[in-house]
This record gives sequence, C-alpha cells and structure tokens, in this order.
Amino acid sequence: MKLSVQVNEGPYQHQASDTAYHFTKAALEKGHDVFRVFFYHDGVLNGTRLTTPPQDDRNIVNRWVELAEKYDLDLVLCVAAAQRRGIVDDGEAERNGKDATNIAPKFRISGLGQLIEAAIQSDRLVVFGD
Amino acid sequence: MSDVKKFMYLNRRAPYGAIYAWESLEVVLIGAAFDQEVSLMFVDDGVYQLVKGSDTSESDMKNFMPTYRTLGDYGVRHMFVDKASLEARGLTQDDLIEVAWEDWETEEEVDNIVELVETDQAAQLLSDSDVVFSF
Repeated sequence: MKLSVQVNEGPYQHQASDTAYHFTKAALEKGHDVFRVFFYHDGVLNGTRLTTPPQDDRNIVNRWVELAEKYDLDLVLCVAAAQRRGIVDDGEAERNGKDATNIAPKFRISGLGQLIEAAIQSDRLVVFGD
Repeated sequence: MSDVKKFMYLNRRAPYGAIYAWESLEVVLIGAAFDQEVSLMFVDDGVYQLVKGSDTSESDMKNFMPTYRTLGDYGVRHMFVDKASLEARGLTQDDLIEVAWEDWETEEEVDNIVELVETDQAAQLLSDSDVVFSF
C-alpha cells in the first residue's frame, strides 16, 4: 500500500511524532511504500538539527534522519509553518535575510501543495496529532 | 490529475486558542488549486470557528473569520456542523455565519453551504471520505 504521513506536533511535548515514527518504520519494514512524511503546525520542529535531548533519552530528530537515510524517505516541512517557527534552510535564510540555518539533513522545506499532492497520490494519508 | 478524491477537513478546535484552525484554513486555500471534492466538518470546540461577530481587536490576533465566508469561492462545497457539539455549547444555527457557493460554469447557486448534521450522519460522511485531514 502507498502511504503518506502527516505529523502535526513537535517532538517531546507530544507523543504524536513518536507514534508517527514507529508507524512509518513499521510500515516500511512490512514492505509498504511511504510516499511522503509531511510536517505541519509545530510538527516542523521535528526538523531542526540543533535539538539536544539528554543522553539517556531518544533523539527524535536523528531517528527521522536515520529512517530517511535507510529508506530514502521524503521528509517535508511546511514552509509557512517553518517560517513562523524559525526552521531555516539555505534558501529560506537567503530569502528572509537570516544569519543561520538549522534544518536537519534529509529534511526539505516546501509548500502545502506537497501535502495535498501526497493525499491525492497515496492510498491512505495517516495524520498524527494531539 | 485524473481522478477526483473526496477531501474532508475535520476541524475540532476553537479558533484562537491554538493555531490549528488558521493553519487548517491555509491548507484549504492552497488545496483549492487541486480541484478535489472538498468538504469541511466542524465538531467539538471547532464549531466556535463559525460563530459570527467575533472581535479580535483587543487580543492582537488576526481575525480570520472573513476567510470562512469566502470558502465557497475556493471550491468548498459543504460545511457540515455537528449538531450535538453546537447544542452542547448553547449555540444554534442562527449563531453561525452563512457561506454562499456558486458554480461559475453551471450557475448553480446555494445561499448557504453551512449545514447541521446529526452525529451518526457526521460519522458516515467521514467514513465516505477518501482523505480526512484532522486539525
């Protein structure tokens, strides 16, 4: 089955990102196709490489990155949500005159059309939120 | 895009306490370009999103209520409101805004696409949708 996943909450504050990660990983291990993981609302905060959890806790951002590296996952942060919350890549830094970037590897910033396209292209869109 | 899907946007939260309502609207507006069959559903505190006469002038929040009134122009065909959620909050349809819809090609017009539904009907509508965006 072709799936897409939407993550609506940031890491640690809510379980949604954890559950989305475990769902996505299980689906991939079962041989399903994950067309895209789209991060919206505070979900875009899953895509900053500056996250530093305590050493005895899970690293939610790195976990997504490693899953994306293993399965060539498309991890997309909504641009409007990312701008509001200060998630920046090279293009956004240049366009908006920011002095730094913080996007994690394997993530990319793009528009809401990517969410709509994912919903159209996939057999199921699975939403994880509060 | 060959086939059209039934999109349902499920709105569950009050409009200004969190950003979900506004960012949900942003998806609806962008999604209009994709020509799908679009409905919105309002349940729980989400029914407050359609209450008319809201004034945000003293809270420094952008009042996005006018945007709901334009949704008919963005390809939204139905706006369903869970009647039980509305009644539980002491509200009736008279408290809600009206949203007009017109098909520019056929000139078919609907004065108000905001429609109260019973909870079992709401469940059926969700079940019949191809995609449910939950906010």
